[in-house]
Amino acid sequence: MALLALPTDAHVDRLGSFLMALNHHGQGGKGHYDMAIPALASSIRAHHVLVLSLAAVLLLATFVAAICYGSTAIPLQSVIGALTGQPANGNPNFDIVTSIRLPRAITACLAGAALGVAGLQMQTLMRNPLADPFVLGITSGASLGVALVVLASGSAIGAFLSSGLGLGGGFAIVGAATLGGLLVLAPVLAISARLQNPSTVLIFGLMTGYAVSAFVTLLVAGARPDQLERWIAWGFGSFGAVTWTELQVLAPVAGLGLALACLSTKQLNALLLGENYARSMGLNTRAMRLVTMAVASMLAGVVTAFCGPIGFLGVAVPHMARSILKSSDHRVLVPATILLGALTALFAQLVSLLPSQFGVLPLNAVTALIGAPVVVFVILRSRSGVFTG
Amino acid sequence: MKPFLQTRDLAVGYRNRTVLSNINVQVGPGELVCLLGVNGIGKSTLMRTLARMEPALAGSIEIGGADITGMSSYDLARNVAVVLTERVAVRAMPAFRLVELGRYPHINWSGLLSEADRDIVRDAIAAVGAEHLAHRDINELSDGERQRIMTARALAQRPAVLLLDEPAAFLDVAARVEMIATLRTLAREQNVAVILSSHDLELSLRMADTIWLIDGAGHLHIGAPEDLLTDGSIAAAFSGPNVAFSADDRTFKITSHPHGRAFVDGPGAAAGMARTVLEREGFQMVHSPEEADVSVIVTAAGWEATTHSKRDRGTSFAELARFLRLQTEF
Repeated sequence: MALLALPTDAHVDRLGSFLMALNHHGQGGKGHYDMAIPALASSIRAHHVLVLSLAAVLLLATFVAAICYGSTAIPLQSVIGALTGQPANGNPNFDIVTSIRLPRAITACLAGAALGVAGLQMQTLMRNPLADPFVLGITSGASLGVALVVLASGSAIGAFLSSGLGLGGGFAIVGAATLGGLLVLAPVLAISARLQNPSTVLIFGLMTGYAVSAFVTLLVAGARPDQLERWIAWGFGSFGAVTWTELQVLAPVAGLGLALACLSTKQLNALLLGENYARSMGLNTRAMRLVTMAVASMLAGVVTAFCGPIGFLGVAVPHMARSILKSSDHRVLVPATILLGALTALFAQLVSLLPSQFGVLPLNAVTALIGAPVVVFVILRSRSGVFTG
Repeated sequence: MKPFLQTRDLAVGYRNRTVLSNINVQVGPGELVCLLGVNGIGKSTLMRTLARMEPALAGSIEIGGADITGMSSYDLARNVAVVLTERVAVRAMPAFRLVELGRYPHINWSGLLSEADRDIVRDAIAAVGAEHLAHRDINELSDGERQRIMTARALAQRPAVLLLDEPAAFLDVAARVEMIATLRTLAREQNVAVILSSHDLELSLRMADTIWLIDGAGHLHIGAPEDLLTDGSIAAAFSGPNVAFSADDRTFKITSHPHGRAFVDGPGAAAGMARTVLEREGFQMVHSPEEADVSVIVTAAGWEATTHSKRDRGTSFAELARFLRLQTEF
């Protein structure tokens, strides 16, 4: 009996708050707490600024490193010289830096940021920590769009990998990839609105993705061996196939998507409480759902069209951002995801160069090696299980 | 004076299935309304319709004289705030940040708060007595504490009407009393109309200004708790074959008496205890030993029970219950 009667911490705590609730209005004084919130808020802000600045500095360093390293290493002075616009003559590496390494590094930054933000949007919209463009089948849908355009236009499958594509063709493929992504995402989200069980939604997304991939494989099966080879190479994922011409499409589309994501942080924050609460606070959830879907499909679609189906960045990067910032606030989470996404993609690009003279590792293998441990960590860390909402 | 809520011939339900109809209610500022009724009778549907989360099937809902059907979602959110039964699962967010989300309908696209917004957030946290929770992470809070923060978030919306769907559902007894006491105080002090649905009959009857009672036939009875207790509608709505709600002591009584009648004598408190033991064992109380199948006399030393054929005594109520169960003659 005596043991049972001993108050636990929780009891004491509750009793305390109970008494506070009853006495509160008589007391009037707010005491230390008036100071506590601003103090905490500013210490949180300081932490966020520190993290974001560090990420930006690291990103800059990695960006330069990604230009230095490649099939041949280029000295730092040479790279900085080319980047700062010094005249080309006298710099033997000028062309490699400006026409190969620089667009590749920019592409990696844009792709990483785009996939990370698309993953963040999906995770918040579905309130599911494992959601990302790849898992939900957006990437497969985008591949379908790409395959259909390429096959229907009668051109070789590999054509869009080479640089002779032209702007019009580029936008057509991006449009098809985005529509393909939406085609898969729409039913997945429709189901997620009706079924409250997140694991069902994930499995539905995965299965839809597999079915669409199978369809793409059937489409591609009739291709010539050399086309098939290039299709498979595209499937490995690469930032290196994008030149300045493709960047003219990739950069504005990805930029638009990222800008829209930055403008919707208020809405994304409201969605943290679930759609019902978000609606009760004045959010038009249906419009938000549509816009977020479209933006995520566009971001994932444009990256898939030019760099191939790249997995794991979308799911891993937002979690890295959350755990480093220790915050779910999208006002800092979106910029952090952009910075960390770019950083991670550049890092993956660097790692894929490790075999040096033996060629490069498939980018997808590298992102999986980085991303899979993050996913496992997320699952293991959540005490109540990731599917409890 | 802040606007208040009024419905005219409101009907609620889903698609073609009307759950409740002809609802005409008015709620004034500072009023605490408890919505009572058995499970599945339509409490949640009514609450959701008042919050425009479901469309009304017929009639109208007005807040401050304006029909909510045509209101923009921001205007509605500035007038009506809700606390739902669903659990929010937010990771890595201090409680005051969650309360800040309540400013949503009042701030611009950037989501940045002005000093005035921060003051409102601080007042909302103070109004629910959650100052000590403000810096804690949402994930670490108990159900009661989280409910308190969700209520503060709703208050930060500065609504005229605060709707709470079973706010006490996951709370233990102490937290439940605490919750409703807080709501009562803030209805008065913030001049908000508070409407909550509840399962806790006794607590609601004690604390509410007005009861909305949905009876088994789907009719809505409206009145002060004492009015509905007096006219018997509460007793009628909550009594079943084996239980009845007694208006006198505002509690449930067991009404099946398979074991006969009993008489209890002794000092007040102890006799009361003995009576509940006898009621639980299936006896009906009578006022004289002559009518009774068993008579129990309680004293400070213990009890003495007499049946037609047996007599026994003991010191604890557990022994009394055991004695009653062993008597096969009943």
